[in-house]
Amino acid sequence: MKPYLREHFPKKLSDIPDTPSYDAGYLVTKNAGWRNARPVIDADKCVGCLQCYLHCPDGVIYRTAGKVAIDYDFCKGCGICKKMCRLGAIGMEAET
Amino acid sequence: MAKKFLSGNEAFAEGVRLAKAQVISAYPITPQTIVVECLSEMVENGSLNAEFIHVESEHSALSCAMGASSVGARAFTATSSQGLLYMAECLTYASGGRFPILMMNANRSTALPWNIYGDQRDSVSLLDSGWIQAYAENAQEALDLALMGYYIAEKKDVSTPFMANLDGFILTHTYEVVDVPTAEQADGFLPSLETENKLDFEHPRNLGFTAGPDYNTQFKYKEHIGLLNAKKAITEAEARFAEIFGRRYTGLTESYRTEDAENILITLGSISGLAREVVDRLRDGGKKAGLLRLRYLRPFPNEEIASAVRNAKAIAVLEKDISFGNEGTVYTNVASALHKANINIPAANYIGGLGGRNISAEDIENMFADISEGHNGLHFIGIGGDGN
Repeated sequence: MKPYLREHFPKKLSDIPDTPSYDAGYLVTKNAGWRNARPVIDADKCVGCLQCYLHCPDGVIYRTAGKVAIDYDFCKGCGICKKMCRLGAIGMEAET
Repeated sequence: MAKKFLSGNEAFAEGVRLAKAQVISAYPITPQTIVVECLSEMVENGSLNAEFIHVESEHSALSCAMGASSVGARAFTATSSQGLLYMAECLTYASGGRFPILMMNANRSTALPWNIYGDQRDSVSLLDSGWIQAYAENAQEALDLALMGYYIAEKKDVSTPFMANLDGFILTHTYEVVDVPTAEQADGFLPSLETENKLDFEHPRNLGFTAGPDYNTQFKYKEHIGLLNAKKAITEAEARFAEIFGRRYTGLTESYRTEDAENILITLGSISGLAREVVDRLRDGGKKAGLLRLRYLRPFPNEEIASAVRNAKAIAVLEKDISFGNEGTVYTNVASALHKANINIPAANYIGGLGGRNISAEDIENMFADISEGHNGLHFIGIGGDGN
């Protein structure tokens, strides 16, 4: 399961779990603010080999229509996916 | 129930066996070693069905116990002194993670100078780590705390790890006759462990997550409430314990002849036995002395202390701990309890027993004599200098 924001934002104390544990799959905040370069996928070159998906340390790459896409809400811009892509289908573009 | 001649370490191991701990991870350190040795023998001879995990450090020992607790296993570890300090990073993980782990800590001096004997500076310096802290007076109480510790820690509205402290050598290595309950009795006392913060294929959960500035305080508040809820759980555990095992405990504190006492000594751990004898001796001589033993330092018995000393003329706090640059930490906590209850009486602080130094009956008599004359302030026992 790729991380994504589910609409569960604690508003009051009773919305906070009693122990720091919660149903899997919930995230309460986006986390990509420090990215200074974003990976961009060239769909024409992508063959859907999933090497980038397998190596992404934050699990933000997901499969779609036989190819891959990136969840920019959580991608930190580390560039490992670009490094792993032998087909050169991923380029890093500076965040402005 | 069978009577056995046991050391504090051995008695505690019997308690852990009866509690059916499922994972034991520990690293040996004097004077804790024997409790873990006993448990390893129990695992080997089959009297305890548990995983015994040899770890490479105390940091790993508690990390391992957390891992075990996070899959719903009853976990035990034990340490002492420098080992507890090395484990310190993991203490807040375990308490913040709300893992109901039981730890036995053999109270021992902390370096430097190097010293393997008993004082309470190790655990007292970690009062803020979010653990319940109990202090046993004797081997029987040590065994009983192992059973009650799990009961209290595992209550859903507590979900907080439990540190049972035994004075190094004085309790861990001396032998007493101890009533060891039967497995049936123990099973009747301790329910099976149910935790919410558990890795479970059927109900996948996130554990050990981040909570930033927006949510962190709420989690810490809930941790605080968990520790406060331990008070009720302690009362409940002791009532249930008395019913099944026939031994009664008195909650966060134990009062001895305090009702009409003019001078009350507050202390904790094994020295309480001698203090009780001194109180009797003074009473025989017509002096109204009393003793208040702190059985728990967290949750702290604010109300119990206030109520016990409200009519006293003076108190003394005797502890095997010093917060350098201030005073004994137990004293700081007691003084706060008195202040909150608007009790303004002379309160002296005696630091004794550091590095295993003996505290004599005469030392304690002198404390009572001093406070009956209105002495106040901080005193180190037996340093042989002008500050004594």
